[in-house]
Amino acid sequence: MHELSIAMSIVEMAQEEADQRGGARVNAVYLKLGALAGVVKDALLLSYELACEGTGLQGSRLVIEEIPIVVYCPKCLAPRTLDSIQWFACPECRSPISEVIHGRELQVVALEIQE
Amino acid sequence: MSPQPRLVEVRQNVLKQNDIVARELRQRFHEAGVYVVSLVSSPGSGKTAFLEKTLTLLRPDYRVAALVGDLATDNDAARLARSQVPVKQITTGTLCHLEAAMVRNALEGWDLDRLDFLFIENVGNLVCPASYDVGEDLRVVLLSVTEGEDKPLKYPTIFNTSDVAVLTKMDLAEVVEFDLAAAGCNVQRVRPGMPLLKVSAKNGAGMGEWLQFLASVSASCRQERPGTSTPAAASAPRT
Repeated sequence: MHELSIAMSIVEMAQEEADQRGGARVNAVYLKLGALAGVVKDALLLSYELACEGTGLQGSRLVIEEIPIVVYCPKCLAPRTLDSIQWFACPECRSPISEVIHGRELQVVALEIQE
Repeated sequence: MSPQPRLVEVRQNVLKQNDIVARELRQRFHEAGVYVVSLVSSPGSGKTAFLEKTLTLLRPDYRVAALVGDLATDNDAARLARSQVPVKQITTGTLCHLEAAMVRNALEGWDLDRLDFLFIENVGNLVCPASYDVGEDLRVVLLSVTEGEDKPLKYPTIFNTSDVAVLTKMDLAEVVEFDLAAAGCNVQRVRPGMPLLKVSAKNGAGMGEWLQFLASVSASCRQERPGTSTPAAASAPRT
């Protein structure tokens, strides 16, 4: 359960950004979360509420965009979205896949702020 | 009237701080010519026994050391110390994984130039360590035969982020009717092409192949690093 420490990093990061904008209030934090990031969405949402308590971000929302695993198929020569995290094979031709393009994201992409 | 809310772009990796420290560590390791191997697995899969055996076998030919992460005890460090190599404990308290900064702090006072191999034993956990780079060159995921063949499917992220899988406690495989083919197939499903080694730290079976693998991957890694020396024994490990 490392979601709490990740939530605390998100809060800290958002707070710094808000401070740089003259102490703007943060309404929402937008996060990209890849299926391979090793982070559980629900646990992160719960942890986020806890991490916000007593900070300038209390009451803010965490908006999570889940990113599926997108790989590059060496046989089709094309990016493909995996159906399952348990099978790294091209969904079209079933070639084994080692190159991951998307799915490892754990990134704050934007803040909704009010100045 | 308060102004309308607006959206500002940020684009920052949440684990940026860890990634920065991990990158610095990797740079230091490369400059010192030390090859760094991290071990991840569930609790009780035999990381410490495997590492103790590895350290004991490497010690005559290489300069080796180990860092070992544990939630609360220093039992593992005490066990590893029996191999007579430098061992340092990282007690993580309630934290379920090692972070790059913990590795950096634990290395204080150690002269990396005097090491050929550094092993980092992570906290027993197949979930959290997957997200944290600790600056290693090789991530080894261990799977014991007593855990069942489907572990890779249950924890695909850690297997997908690892470089080699080691099946441990092979001496028990027959007793627990371990299906080796199914385990191999599951590993290949979540990480196509990943080498799979089979060992028993208890009777030593497969340890020779593991050391040969280690010698080979570390030698090619050192060749790719400009300006670093190769240990004299790198191509001929004693097993």
